[in-house]
Amino acid sequence: MKLYHIALFLFCSLLFVKVTAQNDKMAKVKGGVFLPLYGTADQLVKVDPFMMDVYPVTNEEYLNFVKENPKWKKSNVISLFADKSYLNKWEDDVTYSGLPNAPITSVSWFAAKKYCECQGKRLPTVDEWEFAAMANEDVPDARRIESYNQYILSWYETPKTYVNPIGESYKNYYGIYDLHGLVWEWTQDFNTVLISGESRKDQDKDSNLFCGSAAIGASDLMNYAAFMRYAFRGSMKARYSSQNLGFRCVKDIEE
Amino acid sequence: MIIKFKRKNVVKLLFSFGAAAFLTACVNDQSSKTYENALDIPVSQEMIAELTDPPFVPTPVGKRKAKKLIVDLEIQEREGEMVNGVKYVYWTFGGTVPGSFIRTRVGDEIEFKLKNHPDNKLPHNIDLHAVNGPGGGAESSFVAPGHEKIFSFKTLNPGLYVYHCATAPVGMHIANGMYGLILVEPEGGLEPVDREYYIMQGDFYTEGKYGERGLQAFDMQKAIDEKADYVVFNGHVGAMTGDNALTAKVGETVRLFVGNGGPNLVSSFHVIGEIFDKVHVEGGDLVNDNVQTTLIPAGGAAIVEFKVDVPGSFILVDHSIFRAFNKGALAVLNVEGEENEKVFAGEIYEGIYLPEGSVIQSMPSLGKKDDKKEEVKALSFEEKMKFGKDKYMATCVACHQANGQGIEGAFPPLAKADYLNEDVDRAIDIVLNGKSGEITVNGKKYNSVMTAQALSDEDVANVLTYVYNSWGNNKTDVTPEMVKAVRNR
Repeated sequence: MKLYHIALFLFCSLLFVKVTAQNDKMAKVKGGVFLPLYGTADQLVKVDPFMMDVYPVTNEEYLNFVKENPKWKKSNVISLFADKSYLNKWEDDVTYSGLPNAPITSVSWFAAKKYCECQGKRLPTVDEWEFAAMANEDVPDARRIESYNQYILSWYETPKTYVNPIGESYKNYYGIYDLHGLVWEWTQDFNTVLISGESRKDQDKDSNLFCGSAAIGASDLMNYAAFMRYAFRGSMKARYSSQNLGFRCVKDIEE
Repeated sequence: MIIKFKRKNVVKLLFSFGAAAFLTACVNDQSSKTYENALDIPVSQEMIAELTDPPFVPTPVGKRKAKKLIVDLEIQEREGEMVNGVKYVYWTFGGTVPGSFIRTRVGDEIEFKLKNHPDNKLPHNIDLHAVNGPGGGAESSFVAPGHEKIFSFKTLNPGLYVYHCATAPVGMHIANGMYGLILVEPEGGLEPVDREYYIMQGDFYTEGKYGERGLQAFDMQKAIDEKADYVVFNGHVGAMTGDNALTAKVGETVRLFVGNGGPNLVSSFHVIGEIFDKVHVEGGDLVNDNVQTTLIPAGGAAIVEFKVDVPGSFILVDHSIFRAFNKGALAVLNVEGEENEKVFAGEIYEGIYLPEGSVIQSMPSLGKKDDKKEEVKALSFEEKMKFGKDKYMATCVACHQANGQGIEGAFPPLAKADYLNEDVDRAIDIVLNGKSGEITVNGKKYNSVMTAQALSDEDVANVLTYVYNSWGNNKTDVTPEMVKAVRNR
């Protein structure tokens, strides 16, 4: 058993070297305190500084991962960890569809988590992801800026953005691309904020989820843009995959 | 036989129980047992529900018994056309706005399969107003892209009900077209009629104003302010006009299942030139007779019925009338058949009336009015002038006046107008896309707004040819090709 672990470690380390050779670009997100969508005014969330991938993981990068980790090939994957839609557009175990530098999608949470672990990284938490994604080109928190919200809302309405290459949306305040405008992204604790599917009820009963009544004033575009993300996360399960859902990894900053 | 299922009203229940027992005893009908509580209606066999795109509805339930009914509905996010040249990304139940029509009878057990297409970006769900249960099914049907959910319910209350998506942000999902109708027919079905159609009103909010070309994004702020750019029947402007107009024959009874998806506006549903013989108010049991205009709330519906007595084009509108003529809430029912002068004799007399004791002069009657036909192409210059004049008198005359003289200071003249005569493409563009801001015509300044006109290329060519060949203008002959060229610029 121990041997197995060592082997796995070595294996992952090798892979780590290989993958990071292609795309090890990470950017520092200096942490801070913010009020997420589901918080109340007295529940500010503190986010520690962390490093985040500049781009989402691409088709090509994911192909390397499955080559090195045959367990995660389409035909080998255990159904407990990925449902039938896992890599469903791939022609076979080693042939993806679409551009090499388009984001990988149709992967389960388990697969995304494993991928990051093999790189010595991890998936971002919802809070980390949301914190980094508040930024537009110029400021770290653009949530009150209309153009920022319009950009997100209009992306929601644009079909098939998952076929686009990475890096074509804006570069944000931290130097990170594609948090908005390309694909949804997995987060470590995606299902800890539960949206039951009956959004109106959530609004009534769980004021914790929707910033109480003050921020819920529906004229707040910021909430609309964010609702969609939380709703999307709430509809997923860890073994699900989706054509519009990819991921990227983060890393703690070592002292 | 109509049985009411008011589960909470004990007195009524007892009464109807008595009545039902009495009627059953009298009629002695062995084939159809009656139930005072719809919950007790047994189901036999399975059946796949027929789903139809608007404006059509599935076959009536007739005398069939309650069944296990399988409804298979796919959610698609797809691009469509709001009006010529204006694209919009609709979110749909079954690929259409409104979504597929679902027809059931009371006592059916519905097994509802909701599928969210893998290409879709968002999770969705469905809240059916016909459901007695939490969220109308919304909670049980919340489905991620590339997945399906199955839930089931029993139809307990007969009536016409709205269904819609209720995923956050609810308003946006509805504003993008996620609504439709489900009909629960009573035991034995609705009275048979000759024609049935499915119409649903909705309001839309776009970044650009009415008619502004290209792919138009949803405008959240306008939606919150309830300032609709489009108010339409069946998802887009002109869904039921021209070749797509509804049809009927003289003497037939027409039943319309009319819903209102909203998200914001309430509909004053009216058919110009018809009186509703019967309205199932708000889609329920209450029937009102002889109604001119019926109010249909957002998230509500009504069943209207009328017999068409004379031929002609009957215009269906939201009688909040600017929505009809300026935002798209207009549909046409073409009725063919024999004239009936007892019902409507057309214009029989036009006199010149001068008070102060002058002799009343009269002019010969023009006889029968011409049957108005949609989309007939002008074959000659004369015909072009005639059609163009018709259109001018219908559309332009209110502002530009009968002889093109306009109204000084408000509406620029067309007669001998330098602005008009110096650039025909500009004139075409203004008719197609509207115009606002200051212009100078014959030395006078005008600062007003002309709305974009939703006319076909043919209509624009005709009306401009009429204008250019009247009142001392430069006699340009405008062709549909010229209009098309400007439209596609």
